[in-house]
Amino acid sequence: MIPAPFDYKRAGSAAEAISIVSQYGDDAKFLAGGHSLLPLMKLRLAQPAVLVDIARVNDLSYIRDAGDHIAIGALTRHTELEHSSLLQQHVPLLSHAASHVGDPQVRHRGTLGGSIAHADPASDLPATTLALGATYVAQGPNGTREIAATDFYKGFLESALAADEMLTEVRVPKMDGAGWSFQKFNRRAQDWAIVGVAAWRKGSNAGVALVNMGSTPVLATSVNNAISQGSSVEDAARLASNEAEPQDDMNASADYRRHLASVLVRRALEQSSC
Amino acid sequence: MGGSILGNRVLRKEDPKFLTVGGKYVDDLLDESLLTGALHVTYARSTVAHGKILSIDTSDAASMPGIVAVFTGANLGLTPQPATFNPMVARSALAMDKVRYVGEPIVAIISETREQGEDAAEMVIVDYDILEALTDLEQALTSSTHIYESCGSNAVFDTTALGMPDNTGDAFFEGCEVVVKQRVLNQRVAPCPLEVRGAAVAWVDGRLYQWLSTQHAQGARDSIAAANGLDASQVRVITPDVGGGFGAKIGSYPEEQLLGRLSKEVGMPLRWRETRSESMMALGHGRAQVQYLTIGGTRDGHVTAYQMHVLQDCGAWFDMGAILAPFMTRPMSSGVYAIPKIECRTTSVITNTTPVVAYRGAGRPEATAAIERAMDLFAAEIGMDAAEVRRKNLIPKFDEPHTTVIGQTYDVGDYEVALDKALNAANYEELRAEQARRRSSGDVKQLGIGVSVYVEITGGVPPMGETAKIEITDDGRAIVYTGTSPHGQGHATAWSMLTSEQTGIPMENVELVWGDTDLVPSGGGTMGSRSLQQGGVAVFKVAGQVVDKAKAIAARLLEANEEDIVLDRDRGAFHVAGTPAVAKTWAELAVAAKADGGLKHEEMHSVASATFPFGAHVSVVEVDTETGKVSLIKQIACDDAGKVLNPLLLDGQIHGGVAQGAAQALLEEVRYDADGNPVTSNLADYAFISAAEMPDIQVVHMETPTFVNPLGVKGIGESGTIGSTPAVQSAVIDALSHLGVRHIDMPCTPMRVWEALHGRK
Ligand SMILES: Cc1cc2nc3c(=O)[nH]c(=O)nc-3n(C[C@H](O)[C@H](O)[C@H](O)COP(=O)(O)OP(=O)(O)OC[C@H]3O[C@@H](n4cnc5c(N)ncnc54)[C@H](O)[C@@H]3O)c2cc1C
Repeated sequence: MIPAPFDYKRAGSAAEAISIVSQYGDDAKFLAGGHSLLPLMKLRLAQPAVLVDIARVNDLSYIRDAGDHIAIGALTRHTELEHSSLLQQHVPLLSHAASHVGDPQVRHRGTLGGSIAHADPASDLPATTLALGATYVAQGPNGTREIAATDFYKGFLESALAADEMLTEVRVPKMDGAGWSFQKFNRRAQDWAIVGVAAWRKGSNAGVALVNMGSTPVLATSVNNAISQGSSVEDAARLASNEAEPQDDMNASADYRRHLASVLVRRALEQSSC
Repeated sequence: MGGSILGNRVLRKEDPKFLTVGGKYVDDLLDESLLTGALHVTYARSTVAHGKILSIDTSDAASMPGIVAVFTGANLGLTPQPATFNPMVARSALAMDKVRYVGEPIVAIISETREQGEDAAEMVIVDYDILEALTDLEQALTSSTHIYESCGSNAVFDTTALGMPDNTGDAFFEGCEVVVKQRVLNQRVAPCPLEVRGAAVAWVDGRLYQWLSTQHAQGARDSIAAANGLDASQVRVITPDVGGGFGAKIGSYPEEQLLGRLSKEVGMPLRWRETRSESMMALGHGRAQVQYLTIGGTRDGHVTAYQMHVLQDCGAWFDMGAILAPFMTRPMSSGVYAIPKIECRTTSVITNTTPVVAYRGAGRPEATAAIERAMDLFAAEIGMDAAEVRRKNLIPKFDEPHTTVIGQTYDVGDYEVALDKALNAANYEELRAEQARRRSSGDVKQLGIGVSVYVEITGGVPPMGETAKIEITDDGRAIVYTGTSPHGQGHATAWSMLTSEQTGIPMENVELVWGDTDLVPSGGGTMGSRSLQQGGVAVFKVAGQVVDKAKAIAARLLEANEEDIVLDRDRGAFHVAGTPAVAKTWAELAVAAKADGGLKHEEMHSVASATFPFGAHVSVVEVDTETGKVSLIKQIACDDAGKVLNPLLLDGQIHGGVAQGAAQALLEEVRYDADGNPVTSNLADYAFISAAEMPDIQVVHMETPTFVNPLGVKGIGESGTIGSTPAVQSAVIDALSHLGVRHIDMPCTPMRVWEALHGRK
């Protein structure tokens, strides 16, 4: 419950943060809201030598209308996503999903960039942005690149980001009136999902992604394809149980997770239809 | 003053402090001059559930920055100390030859800062010969691996060895028309006080001062003195504010007992506070029983025989948990029912898990859960309504002591009224109608209704009584010394009400002193819902005695007969009857009494017996039959604790009790993996209930006074926990009973419910 010793540096800008991290390589970690990193450090499961605090890089905290998409700065807090009227208007699914993250304290600290960079399959916002077809913007010592959400998640807590790359922006296409649903199945209100589903539907198109159904957030491609080919909701939802390789854990066996996935996907698709 | 203050909803006088500046807990004693320069203690703990210690290497740890000293049991010359009730079970405060659970302390590290201690603890290298980890109670019972070899068995305490009769098996149920059997788990839970364990020590003129987060300073003083080979008079325990205990802070723990010795070794005061992860592993756990139940009776709903074999998981030490099954669960096995034949055997078993101690209800919730579960199974078998089958078997109202067939005597009881009140408040008939509607329409969300009726023991642990002392100060305030030990219950408010009622001294001028063994040398602490019926009654009596003493002094000053002196409680002054103009105030009398040693009185109030609060709970749940998720939507709690001193404090105890009781039914369970590693050792994994999961709680009023004490009061600290757990569990099963589900073990997690529905494991 007490972290191993580490050095602490505070960065005033993205560029400064990246240059500090590049000096230390793998030994350094960005510190945003700290709500994923610090628990790991307290249990000594993570022992970075240097923390580079980016929490005060305020120019990366914004939610902007960028035409066909909404651009969100990586340091934007969950609570800001939850209460943004711009987001509620154009990407209500993300705003709503953010309101289900942890509890109010967590939402006031945790950042969208941190949640995505951490690449935890059990987190709500990686899967939600995946379902929405988001693009992530990363900045490194040699400049900036765009990474599609579908190319970003590489393994358990592993992303396409290099150690010295910082996530700076998340671009989420506007939903243009699509129906949507966020189904979070958990034991207590503040818990991570045992299984979660983020879904939208518009005409014959659908985007469904699954939370905590494998080592990464999972885009339920077979479900999405089935819907666009005119399958019934029931039939499409049934495909969700085979969409991933879920694990057994304390709260759920893999079998139970598969079952939950199909129930929750069905409910999500039904809710998104109206 | 109008009428009596007793029985009124008086706001808690301790709250302004807690809500503004906050309490002052052990960790907040930063300006205590006796602790200046205190070093920090960290315990390096076993990472292995069961193993022989081959070697302990502390050299790397000792060379870490800020490390002052590192001690093993061998360095300190520790020897195994026998457990109170079974001397064959013996261990040393730091494990030396063997470790028996993950989290057992092995090495004590003294450092300048806490953080340095934690870093050094990581560098302690212990070499183990790993033995089979027996975390499962029933596996431990039959295993040839013995956790304490000298016992020759892991079963270390059994009612048959105490001379109580063994169960006679199926023959006991001859003549029954219906017999139902079930294995029931009353799972292991963690008490989770918000303030974890903590202590600080200093040697002052050859005496050990120990600040301790405890429920019972006087008991801790004695056990700490004994562990250090000191006389009790050489130890002073001081209790700062305590952030919850729930039973787990009754005794003192090895980590706490060792501090005085360590302080002596390094010649400095010391502080120790465990982390939450340590607390989840090494603060005692609760419950942890497996119950084999058989119930038999007639098709028309009369229970005629009940048999139970309780297996109590002790954890890796013979602590209080080991004796709860024989002395708390067994005596209450009959519950509120007139059952003509009962057999109950209990067997306490050592396992490679955290030791089990008393936890809110301590043995009685387990008895209630067992009989209530059995009643439901019996009702389901004969197709009778759960409330109806209970009503048929209740002990009729009694105001003279009643003894059940198992041999426990209850003071007073009126169980059917409690049941009726709870059912009425719940609109039971309407709920059943709504349930029927949902069943016939095949609703995804089914409604479940659970009923429990219970009786429990409060104020049943020695000492059977409590001392109180009241001193009037020169400015007319009352200082009340009590042997109880509040840690959330509101004694400052309650004891002030009782003092004010007798003396007319306003509540704000009553000050409460507790938990400092130099100021209050004798006391029973706060546990087992004993405080008001023993400590509160003592304060009430002593306040009356102080009034009598004051009258004698007033008589002398006013040159009148003592019998003619009256106390005007509105003014807090004494005068001769009929001449109120000439009066003596409390302050004046205190000053006048100075020459004779002051105006004060101290007395021990002894009680003849425990009291037996009872009640009935109704729980309403919705179960999502597709996912297995349970939502507790309503809890009706009719808890009869005798005369009510302050309904606000009563409600608080019920609310907290229901929270912990419902949490056991639905959420909480301490779990270990196959190697005996705890997998629920933080509050993300351990599903401690939160406000969001709490139902609407409807408290239903009922007061049946006891004759055991002059105030007619009984305990309320644990009732809410005892009544709620079986009602909530029962509601979950009831929601699915039409689908053929008869039993689901606690906690009724979504997966367990889903498995029960789909008949698979
Ligand atoms: C009690 C509790 C409950 C929670 N419940 C939920 C829940 O229900 N659902 C849920 O989704 N989440 C939950 N969380 C996690 C929470 O949402 C975290 O805030 C979030 O996952 C991580 O964001 P952060 O800003 O705190 O990241 P940090 O903890 O600061 O960082 C996480 C990781 O990402 C890296 N990182 C951070 N920002 C960047 C960046 N801009 N570029 C590159 N790398 C970066 C860090 O180096 C670190 O490795 C919970 C957390 C807690 C403590």
